[in-house]
Amino acid sequence: MIEKADVVIVGGGVNGCALAYELSSRGVEVAVIERKHLAAGATGRCGAGIRQQWSAKENAALAIESVKIFERLEEELGSNIGLRQGGYLIAIHDEEDMKQAEKNVEMQRSLGLDVSILESDEINDVVPILDVEGMNAIGATFCPTDGHADPFKTTHAYADAAMRKGAKIYKFTEVQDIVTDGEEIKAVKTSRGTIKTPVVVNAAGAWSKKIAEMAGIKLPNVPYKKEIMVTERIARIFDAMVISFKDGIYFSQQEEGQILGGIPPPETVTGYETMPTLPFLEHMSRTITRYAPILKHINVLRQWTGFYDVTPDALPILGEVKGLKGFIQCNGFSGHGFMLSPMVARLLAQLITGEKLSLPIDRLNLERFEKMEFEAEKSVVG
Amino acid sequence: MKIICRCEDVTEEDVVKAIKEGYTTLDELKHVLRLGMGPCQGRTCIPLAARILARETGKKVSEIELQTSRPPVVPVPLGLLASGESDKND
Repeated sequence: MIEKADVVIVGGGVNGCALAYELSSRGVEVAVIERKHLAAGATGRCGAGIRQQWSAKENAALAIESVKIFERLEEELGSNIGLRQGGYLIAIHDEEDMKQAEKNVEMQRSLGLDVSILESDEINDVVPILDVEGMNAIGATFCPTDGHADPFKTTHAYADAAMRKGAKIYKFTEVQDIVTDGEEIKAVKTSRGTIKTPVVVNAAGAWSKKIAEMAGIKLPNVPYKKEIMVTERIARIFDAMVISFKDGIYFSQQEEGQILGGIPPPETVTGYETMPTLPFLEHMSRTITRYAPILKHINVLRQWTGFYDVTPDALPILGEVKGLKGFIQCNGFSGHGFMLSPMVARLLAQLITGEKLSLPIDRLNLERFEKMEFEAEKSVVG
Repeated sequence: MKIICRCEDVTEEDVVKAIKEGYTTLDELKHVLRLGMGPCQGRTCIPLAARILARETGKKVSEIELQTSRPPVVPVPLGLLASGESDKND
């Protein structure tokens, strides 16, 4: 293990690996410490979606810029990431939904996004397999450049590119302590040795709260257990990710033909419990076959769980914390860390190297929760 | 060419190449090759991959950590699950 680094990143998910790439591209000596293998946490368990349709301007802006990077990422990193832009169709169920959708679309368009509101009879033009009555839709919003990518391939592509530029990635290595002296970071103690560093990035997903505690910083993040399932592969029958904020469901047909989706389990579970449940699977099956009855003959192959690292406003915590120089947060993604990772990594790399930031992130600092000055993201599923 | 995963068309050469690239656990091989993600859920390929992994990394097969088993045990149609009753909230 190396003895010192300019930056130590805790967590080898997509955000940690993307940041390692962005930093090593700027000549920064960086080490990533991952407790298990890469993408072992939320990244490798997520729904793989890439959505730009958010209610909070911060999320929408990060997602829009991330899509621009995703679109050129294979070329930039030299590896396949499985990007597929089939759009996101978001169901609108009632007048309340419609009002929020109109507000969201207006804001999203002001950021340059190609997004529109569909009438109920236009839904089947986009996703023919949907039963518009069964899903109780009076309309939908649709953005054609939303989509999904392969979280494993994306993480490995970033990690490989980072290592080619000199980044060190230590898998199966646990962070045991963050050594501080007054308001400064001195080192990171791991199960394989100690690395001296002035900068630590906390990109540990659902375990970020525990990592922050090692540095004496309290985060408001809570791990929520989430469930997801995948079916056997079938010939392509739809392109868009279908989601509903009211029902909490999301499902899409992935690159290889399998249908992947999730919905909040009937019982909310916080903490680190990981057992998949039958009530989730039945609730998911009932809802997805109500949305698309044609799917009732398709076999479920597998279900698993993962964690959302949830903040009080469902927006990430980004940037340096007050009172501890060099302690950078990159967590609290609340279920959408994968889709935001390209731009988040670029911005944090700019912040760490003292470049001008291409988007402001000061509203996403940890201190916003002290003053309770925030408006929560409303467009959450899963 | 030796096929070791019939569901996802993975060959022994693919596995050896991935191991050489640094993916030295069954979980990682699953993620980079889709090994065990098909309808048989790894029943055929995982024992074979464990042996290849042991051979390539100089470990005993008994030292290779298996992938997490995921429910359901056999593929189940969505329509059948939709008629289940354990979820009373619907």
